[in-house]
Order: sequence, then C-alpha cells, then structure tokens
Amino acid sequence: MRLLIDHRTVYRYERPAAGIVQILKLTPRSCDSQSVLAWRIDVSVEGVLKPFTDAHGNLAHVFYADGAVSELVLHVSGEVITTDTTGIVSGTPEPLPKAIYLRTTPLTEADAAIRTLAESCRDPDPVAEAHRLMLAVHERVAFDPDVTHPSTDAATAFRLGRGVCQDLAQILIAAARHLGRPARYVSGHYAPPDHPEQEAAHAWAELALPGLGWVAFDPTHGVCAGEAHVRVAVGLDSADAAPIRGARRGGGAETLQVSVHGRAVASDPPGVPPSVPSAEATQ
Amino acid sequence: MAGAFDEMLGSSPYADRLDPAAVRPVYQAVARWLASASPELLATRRRQAELFFRRIGITFAVYGDPDATERLIPFDIIPRVISAEEWALLEEGLTQRVEALNAFCADVYGPRECLRAGVVPEDLVLRNPQLCWHQLGFRPAGGVWTHVTGIDLVRTDPATWMVLEDNARTPSGVSYMLENREVMLRLAPELVSEELRDGGIRPVETYTDMLLATLKSVAPPGARGEPVVALLTPGLHNSAYYEHSFLADRMGIELVEGSDLFVHDDVLFMRTTAGPQRVDVLYRRVDDAFLDPLVFRPDSLLGVPGLLRAVHAGNLTVANAIGTGIADDKAIYSYMPGIIRFFTGREPILANVPTWRCREPEALAEVLDRMPELVVKQVDGSGGYGMLVGPQATAEELDRFRQRLKAEPHRFIAQPTLALSTCPTLVDSGIAPRHVDLRPFVLMGAHGITIVPGGLTRVALKEGSFVVNSSQGGGTKDTWVMGPGGT
Amino acid sequence: MLSRNAANLYWLGRYVERADYLCRLLEATIRLAALPASHGGADGAWESAIRSAAVADRFAASGRRFTEADVGHFLALDPTHPGSIRSCLEMARTNARSLRTALTLETWQAINTAWLELQRFGTEETDPLTLMRLLDTVKQALLAFDGAAHRNQLREATYWFMRLGTSLERADNTARLLDHKYHILLPRTERVGGSLDYFQWTTMLRVVSANTAYRWVYRDSVKPWLVADLLILKPQMPRSLIACYEDIVFYLDRLARERGRPGPANRLALAGLQRLQATSIDELFQEGLHEFLLRFIAQNNALGDAIAEQYLF
Repeated sequence: MRLLIDHRTVYRYERPAAGIVQILKLTPRSCDSQSVLAWRIDVSVEGVLKPFTDAHGNLAHVFYADGAVSELVLHVSGEVITTDTTGIVSGTPEPLPKAIYLRTTPLTEADAAIRTLAESCRDPDPVAEAHRLMLAVHERVAFDPDVTHPSTDAATAFRLGRGVCQDLAQILIAAARHLGRPARYVSGHYAPPDHPEQEAAHAWAELALPGLGWVAFDPTHGVCAGEAHVRVAVGLDSADAAPIRGARRGGGAETLQVSVHGRAVASDPPGVPPSVPSAEATQ
Repeated sequence: MAGAFDEMLGSSPYADRLDPAAVRPVYQAVARWLASASPELLATRRRQAELFFRRIGITFAVYGDPDATERLIPFDIIPRVISAEEWALLEEGLTQRVEALNAFCADVYGPRECLRAGVVPEDLVLRNPQLCWHQLGFRPAGGVWTHVTGIDLVRTDPATWMVLEDNARTPSGVSYMLENREVMLRLAPELVSEELRDGGIRPVETYTDMLLATLKSVAPPGARGEPVVALLTPGLHNSAYYEHSFLADRMGIELVEGSDLFVHDDVLFMRTTAGPQRVDVLYRRVDDAFLDPLVFRPDSLLGVPGLLRAVHAGNLTVANAIGTGIADDKAIYSYMPGIIRFFTGREPILANVPTWRCREPEALAEVLDRMPELVVKQVDGSGGYGMLVGPQATAEELDRFRQRLKAEPHRFIAQPTLALSTCPTLVDSGIAPRHVDLRPFVLMGAHGITIVPGGLTRVALKEGSFVVNSSQGGGTKDTWVMGPGGT
Repeated sequence: MLSRNAANLYWLGRYVERADYLCRLLEATIRLAALPASHGGADGAWESAIRSAAVADRFAASGRRFTEADVGHFLALDPTHPGSIRSCLEMARTNARSLRTALTLETWQAINTAWLELQRFGTEETDPLTLMRLLDTVKQALLAFDGAAHRNQLREATYWFMRLGTSLERADNTARLLDHKYHILLPRTERVGGSLDYFQWTTMLRVVSANTAYRWVYRDSVKPWLVADLLILKPQMPRSLIACYEDIVFYLDRLARERGRPGPANRLALAGLQRLQATSIDELFQEGLHEFLLRFIAQNNALGDAIAEQYLF
C-alpha cells in the first residue's frame, strides 16, 4: 500500500526562546515491510540539522537553532510503500543485543497487576503467548485520549484501565518483559485505507519471539502491524523513542500544535511524483 | 575487633608507654614523636588543624541531616605510614585492577567478549541499571573510560590488602588527601623532618598536575590546538563543592555549572565574557543521569542539552566516560577476580573480599542463615546507606533485612565482617587503635596509568566501629608513603 | 572568564554599594529627623528617606508608616524586603561565596564578616541606638571590603567587573537622591542662608559624604545649585555622576583591552561621559533638572543592560 505522511509540529513561545536543541526521531528506515520512497524534514528557522544513528539504529537528527525564536515549525512529509508481513520485522539494523530490551524503565515497570495479567497469558508456545498478551491488553484497557498524559507509566495506565496507544504499548511491553520476552516500543504512523485523513501518530510494540525475530503487535487495534503501519523509531519506552525531545533557554510558556496526517493512496506506477497532501487542517 | 592487625604495634596491646621494641619499623619515627609529645600538645595541634580546615572552608553536607548542612570531617593528626615495599605491591595491584576495570568497560560497550566467554552473566550486565545503553558501540578518545578511579582498600594482616569497593564514576576525597598533607606539614614539621632522615615522605601535591595531564591526553579527535579542559560541578550546594573548586583552582581550569555550557553544532561551549569558548574535555563531577536532559533525566538542570551528541560526534571527551558505573557496580564486584584474569591474563594481585551473591539461591540460603556475622549491602546503595552490619544489628534490624532479602534477593550481596587493620588515633582518652581503610586515586590517560603515592585514609572514630564513611562519623588521616631506602 | 562569574562579581559590586548607600541614607535621616518638623525633620524625614531609596511603592504596599521604627526596619533589617541592607549583604555574600577562588581570602572574609556581624542584629525592629550601631558596623565592614579589594585584588577582569557594578550602582543612587529633592535645588531669587531647605541640602551632602568636600571645592556657604553642580558635574567628587562615569569608562576600557575589542557598552558609557563633560550647570537648569535626571537614570539602566548583553550575563 502506498502511504503519504504529513506531520507538522508548531511550537510557539511567549517570548523568544534561545538555545533550542532538539533530538528528532522522525525518519523511517526502509525494511522488509516498508520502503521509504521520499522523506524530508523542514524546519522553519535558521539552524543546523544533523543526521545521526542512535543506539537502537534509528535514523535521528539533532537540530540546533541559531538565534532566539518565538515560533518553530517542524514539517515532516514523505511517502512509503508498505507490505503486510504479518507483523514480522526483518531487514532492520539491530546494533543492540536483544537482552537490552529486557531492561525495565520507569515507564515500563510491571507492578503486581501487570505481572498477574502477564502470568495469566503464559503459554508454552511463544507466538500464542504473545497474541494472548496483546489481546488481553486490548480487552482490558480502553482507548481514551483524556485520562493519561505523555509521562504516565504503564502501571498507572493499567490501573486506570484506560489510555492511548502509548499506554497500551507500554503495558504490553511491561507484561512481555515480565515473561522474559524482549520487548520494545515503536513510534510510527497508522493510516488505514478505510479512514483516510485521520490523525495518524501511533505507537505499538515489538516482541522478540524465538525463530521469528521481532514481531510487531498493535494492542490498540488488537492486531499485528500490517500495511497501514509505518514504523519510524524504536526504543525501550515512549521517552526513548520520542519523536521530538527538546530543550531551550527562556521563552516562557509554550504552546504546542501537532497535526499528523496519513493517507493511503492507490499505488501509482513508480516514477510518478507523490502528491503531497494539504496539511492546513490543524486543530 | 580483637585480633585486628595494628599497623603500628602489630598484635601488641596499646599501653600508657609505647614499647619501642614492639613498634613496627615503618612507625618508629611516629612512635618517637608520640612518646615525646605531651597530650596537651597533641590536643592543641588537633584544635589548630580544625581551625585550619574551617578557615579554608573544607566542609561537607550530610544528606538527611538538616541541622548540620555544613560539617567538618574530623581530622586525626597521627599520620598513617605505608612503607616503600608495601606501596610497591599496592601500586602494582592498583594498576592491574584499573587496567581490568577499563578493559571491562571497553569490552562491555564494544565486542562483549567477556559476556560470550561467560566471565560475567550476560543479563547481569545488559539488564544492569548502571549500563548506559546509549554508549553501546561507542569508543572514547584513547580508549580510556575510567580516567579517575578511587579504589577502597582494607588491610587484614601485614601481607594482605583487599579491595572493598571500586569507585569508577566520580570518586571524591582527593582534596582531603592534599589538604591533610598541607596541615601535617604545618602542624608537625618536627615529625616530617625526622622522617626525612629515613628516606622521606613521597609528595602528593603533584596530583593536580597529573590529573590535568591525564585529561589533556584524552582530548577528542575534534579538538584543535591546546585542549580546553573544564570541571563540571552540580553547584554550591553539592557536598563535594569544595573539592570541585579546589581542583579547578589548582589545575587553573574553569569551574562550570550546566548553565554555563551549551552545545551548538555538536560542539560544547562555555559562556565567557569573551564570547563562547569551546570546551574539549569535561571533567564532570555530575552523575550520568543528569548530564544530558535530551537523553537522560529530562528534568535535570545540572547538565547540558546535546552533550551526548558532542561526545558521539568526537568533539568532546567526558571524564569519566558515561556508563563506567557498570564497572564499579556492587553486583559486578564479585566477578572482578575473573574479570582481571580474563583481561590481564594474570592472577589478581589485590584480593577481593569473599562475596555471596544473593541472586544465587544457595548463596541466599547461606546468607539468611549466617546474617548476624555478615555485612549485607544493597547493590545500588552507597555511602554506607542501605547496609547491614550483622554483628552490630539488633534482632529487629536483622529481621527487617531478612524480609528485604527474600523479597528482592538480586539487590543484595553479603560479605564476612573483616578484621580491618587499626592505626594509632588520637581520641579523648589518649592514643588508641581505630579501624581504617584506604582510598588511593588512580589516573588513566592515553599514555597509561599514574598513581600518586598516597591516598585518603578514613578512620572509624568510634571504638570498635568499622564504618569509616564521613557521613557516618568517620574521620581522615594523612597517609604517608615512604620513599625507597626508608624504613 | 565565565560569564556567570563576571555577573556575580558585577552584582557583588552593586549590592555592596547599595548597602553602603542605605547606611549613609539612614544615618543622615536619623540626624534630620531630630530637627523640628518645620525644618523638614520629624516624620517627614522618614518619608523622604523612603523616596530617596526609591522604594516608595513597595513600602506603601507593606502597610507601614513613615516612622523611624518602621522605616528603619524596612531599610535595614527586613529579610522580606529585597532592598534592605540585610538582603543586599546576603546577596553580596552569596555572590562572593560562589566566587571564592576568584576573590582573595581577605576580600572574602570582609564580606563574610559583614554578613555575620549583621546577623547578630537579628531581623526584628531595633531601638535608634542599636540602629546607629548597626549602621556603623556595616559601614566599617564595607570599608574593610573595599580596602581588601583595593589592596589585594589583581587588577584584572575580576576586579574590573566588581568595580563596574559599584560605579553603575553609585551613579544610580546619586541620581535618584538628587531627583527626589530636585525642587529644592532650583536656583531662586530669594535670599539663601536662613532657608528652611538648608537642612535638606546638608542632609543630602551627608548622605553622599560630601559635607566637608563641598567646603573644600567651593569655599562657600551651602547653595542649592552648587550642591547639584557638586553631585553631578564635579569629577573630584567620587559620588558625582561624572566621576562615576569616568570610572565606568575606565573599567570598561580595561575589560575591552582583555577581551580584545570594545562593544556597545563601551560606546554607550563614553557617550554618557561626554554628555556630562559638555554640560554646564546653567544649561542643565535651563533644560530642567528633573528631566535631565530622569533621562540619566534611564540611560544608566540601558548601560546596565548593554553590559549584561555584551558579557553574556
């Protein structure tokens, strides 16, 4: 499937903010389930944008703004062709040993409740176990955008029984690691053909399964990641794989506007330039 | 403890008059001095020493003690003496140990051969909170990770020194080593000059020059010209701030806080009145977790956003390197003999204290059984906190620790209570033996290892106590390493 | 030099100067208040002190009255008032403490001693005698600080930044003192001498320690326009605006020499000095003393901002 992604983040500062430094994990890599045809990051202010590869092998950038600014717009756009590999992730560089993904982080610590959930899904067949875990999280935690925030940890979200894709992914990760399964967080985009133009920032989890390697599970939708998923960055948790982490000096209060759009389009013959969708529809 | 080795008298008891025949050769001069000095004179010297420390402002903050935010560490004016032969052995053992610690870091963050060879269990390293996964695959300038290491040693008999703990992150205390010598030279010049006849006390004051040379030797590939070195402190309220300003001053480098620094285009700069100035080597006394809010703790105000980028781009050396906590982790400690054999190909010169790893079920069972005679330590605790000294614990404390051990065995190790050596110490009742340890400071630069002959001797001032931590009522002594040809 | 250290030195200079000014202001006020109200004394003197310290709004907000007890406490010991002598010394000491290695031991000890001595007076209201003793103590300690700095500090950026803060603060204090009383300094046709304002003028001279200096410079009885001339345009008078600006230009030049190039702050300071040098007291009165002083205070503030900008505070 051919997906067009358009991602715009606008920072506005009360007063000009100086010394802005941001780590951007906004660029997908091609792998067996996706091939990136075109991708660009545009920053609205003068500065230095440098690419690097982080410890997980993600394509990252660091941005240093030159002077003080009162508004900063990051515009990411691109085109990806996806293939359904039933969630199996292959063709990615894997610089870290899998055991690293057994580490617990403050955001993915399994409390007694998550451990109980994990134990209830134990299965001698690791693939069956992973599916049971994903479905258990999918059933137990309802999607609700209003109860959690970006720094909510897995245990809290699970106690609330509600959360967004980030929370569901982190609960799944915490439970999987408890069962001794290396697990990691994936930030990316989701653009199903039946819902064009919907908000497309998404997150799910990858579990390392014997014989299969990394397999992507999307507990929010209760499915393995497929054609509608564009995989951008992985990490131990949502903070580690965060699309943007930044710092600044001064600037006072900040307002943030994010709009991410994904659109599935009919596969044009190769060579036709992608039509970039309009991104004016900010909320 | 009965039977502990005394460094002045061996196993002879302390009497009102010291028997010169019982005094070990290396302590002869000190014993003569003690015999000739009246108790009043010693008491006066002690008061003068305290006055000196107050005036120069060596104080430290005690966490959790609101009434005494600025306290003085008691200084004992009777020096501890180490012979040239004893030091030669220590020097060799320390060099070997630090080489192994550094090689271990390089391997863990690089090819991980020691994990593949089974020297250390893989999960203990890869899942260790001290492992900084952002550093995996990174190689620092000169291959040096542990630029400054403080090794805590205890002595159990004339021939045996054991390593109690490695400190490979941001070890402190070196300013005491230097200031204690300064005070001794002022307060007991007659003793110092008598020692001179016997080969002399080896100087320690070259430490800061050696430190600066070490730091400059590991300037990153991106540095241009003479490397600029700065010392990063958490600030005025840190317990070791005095040491930070002391070292910066002696090295003639800037003492910077996070707010003085910024990273632009992968280069670290400090804000100066002459405009931004590039920094090539940062001797940091701030913990890993606070160094870069874009990678580590986002709420940290002590670090610099983008610092890790500058390091990875080859434009900045951070000393010690980020992630060396994996080498001095208490859970890793018990594997050190194997690590030393694996990386140096030789038997360890300095022994480890026998250690039970409570993560292993048989060890746990034994520890639970023998707890009243053991010291139990939390692997992620430090400074004497989170520690149980079995022989001195109440039944209630023992019980509490048993529960904690059963709940989270992987967080604990246990060691036998050691008969730490004693040194003559001036206490209210006169001169008495008190237990001591020793922290020498080992420097590692691009051209190898240097060790200043000396260290920080900490003394447990309470009779019978083994806890030498300054936060728990310990004091310090000047440590004299005698020159060759001396006694 | 680290910009943070430079800023600390500059503010150390400013706080010390401000504490010193407040001491002198309070001393002169105690003297003036001893006169009958008809001579400008009594409680009117205390109101005047608050205005001369440029803290009228804050004082009003504190709900206190213009009495010796209230004003004395507010300006000397009140720990909640950032403009009290106590607060100034505390800030000065905090700045000095973070600069320990840049200051000589004597310089540090002087400011530390000033702070420790002041703490002995507590934070409550005091009787007039104790207040006098306090002011004396602080003044002596600050003289010791100045002396230690003058005698022992290396003549390099450390010293220049500290002195720069002192001179800028001093200019601000003198200008505000003058502006508060500008109306009694205007030349008049009436016979001077027995005027009731006489005590106001001498009080003003006393605040800036210029009572004797006036006689030395003019060899004349106290005349209001000469008081203004002395405090604005006489370079011999160390607290005059022109003397402060001569110092500021000198310090900024020294700093520029170390830095290798002058910046906007150097140009602003020089322009300020040249304006003062080109002015006579007659022209100044024609232009309007009040207007002149207001403009001076604004330009002095702008210079402070330019210094902060130039040295990246």
